[in-house]
Amino acid sequence: MRNAFVRSLATAARADPRLVLLTGDLGYKIFDSFAAEFPGRFINVGVAEANLIGVSAGLALGGLRPFAYSIAPFATLRCLEQIRNDVCYHNLPVTIVGVGGGYSYGHNGPTHHALEDIAVMRVLPGITVVCPGDPLETELAVAAAAAYGKPVYLRLGRAGDPLVHSSPPHFRIGQAITLSDGRDCTLISTGGILPVAVAAAEQLKRAGISCRVVSMHTVKPLDDACLRKCSDETAALFTVEEHSGIGGFGSAIAEWSVANDHPAPRFSFAAEDCFASVSGSQDYLRARNRLTADHIAAAIAAKLQENAPC
Amino acid sequence: MAHSAQAPHTGSALSCADLLVALYWSVLRLDPNAPGEPDRDRLILSKGHASTAQYAALAERGFFPNAVLEEYARDGGRLAEHAGPHCVPGVEAATGSLGHGLAIGVGLALAAKLHRARYRVFVILSDGECYEGSVWEAALLASAQRLDNLVAIVDFNNWSAMDRTRPALDPLTEKWRSFGWSVQELDGHDFNQILAALNSAPFEPGRPSMMVAHTVKGKGVSFMEDNLEWHYRPPNHDDLARALREIGA
Repeated sequence: MRNAFVRSLATAARADPRLVLLTGDLGYKIFDSFAAEFPGRFINVGVAEANLIGVSAGLALGGLRPFAYSIAPFATLRCLEQIRNDVCYHNLPVTIVGVGGGYSYGHNGPTHHALEDIAVMRVLPGITVVCPGDPLETELAVAAAAAYGKPVYLRLGRAGDPLVHSSPPHFRIGQAITLSDGRDCTLISTGGILPVAVAAAEQLKRAGISCRVVSMHTVKPLDDACLRKCSDETAALFTVEEHSGIGGFGSAIAEWSVANDHPAPRFSFAAEDCFASVSGSQDYLRARNRLTADHIAAAIAAKLQENAPC
Repeated sequence: MAHSAQAPHTGSALSCADLLVALYWSVLRLDPNAPGEPDRDRLILSKGHASTAQYAALAERGFFPNAVLEEYARDGGRLAEHAGPHCVPGVEAATGSLGHGLAIGVGLALAAKLHRARYRVFVILSDGECYEGSVWEAALLASAQRLDNLVAIVDFNNWSAMDRTRPALDPLTEKWRSFGWSVQELDGHDFNQILAALNSAPFEPGRPSMMVAHTVKGKGVSFMEDNLEWHYRPPNHDDLARALREIGA
């Protein structure tokens, strides 16, 4: 997703001279071509995330469209008050880009894991939270954010995330993408865990369970029409995210269910409420948190079995 | 305003009132009839708790009618104790949480450079605010980016919300200088000194300018001067009458 981001950002920058890219001293080498092509429009502010966001807000007040880039926990937590007061309160067109959603930076340890960012970002008034599911969604999300004109938090994976879509899907912020239809249940995914959701649905299919898969890349605002449709047309909703189960995507959908008098999701697959106690790759840490296709498929099948008539 | 709304921070407002008068009447290139003019100078009052001084100056300068001042800290009013974004013409940024204004000012100054615009950016900080790490993050970047269209002023009244700021902040001038700023130290109530400095900005080409302005909290009202109580206590009827008599209003 990181490379897709850089590519798409350059395209957007060619079309819009207001676009500028700021980094908190991260992204070694990946921005070289951007810096060379757009002199003066790439600024490394140094290891100073509060300043990264405050300066981005000032640039936006001065008529520019900044993208502020860092690793997700640094881009959201260190500078939370700057995002709240300087960007959201002023409703400025700043896109905060957090690379390394979930356990992307696995072996770097919990300081680099992003398992709280969705919760913390989506509570801020006026922000839009977008978590693309693969590199193609990332490309389209960057273009959409560049044109959006409002505060956006863009949560990416890392370099080397697998492609899920075979061709560019129709992408609009706030509009979920249905990858495959299904009648028995819907598995709604956000962010880079999407390939796992797709694999889980394939396993369910082999077991005779028809599972719809939706990439709900926009966590705020939620796609109300899509949720209603899935809720009306399939017997049960399940959610999956590489994020804490507290306050994240599953929580957002549970809130939606309460507010709209729809049945809540049967289960939300999410990371446990703890720091990783051992070092591990992304795949290893996902597995420790039961965020694998095997586990998700088995758990969904079991939940649906509980419902089955005797 | 502070009296009628029974609001705090009168001392903080009086501390920077002379600086605001100098800026709004003699330095800033502004047109109250065109407050959104793209090339206007920008002033950010980063010590947002002194908003009454800024609101009063903007009204007096013709940005909005004096009657709007009656909305200060009133239910349904436009003027909160800390200014909101675009709450009234002339307010460039919402402040209130300390340590935000300078970074926003750096961003605006960078935008001016990128656009090759001629406007300048002024930011007023409190001395207590200089305890915020974010101030120094912004200070580093301002000099690294050679923002000589940026002027910051520390309203150095030697009080934070609970304590003296000296000697903890000393030597403040040297601190800013070591961060790459061109610094002048002066009496923040002496118009000759203030105007001489502001009109000579940038103090050096290629560097951001810093005015360390020595001020007195509660300046102009004998019983408020250098008295921390007036960071908190709203003036009562008698306080108001005495204060107005003393400043000759």
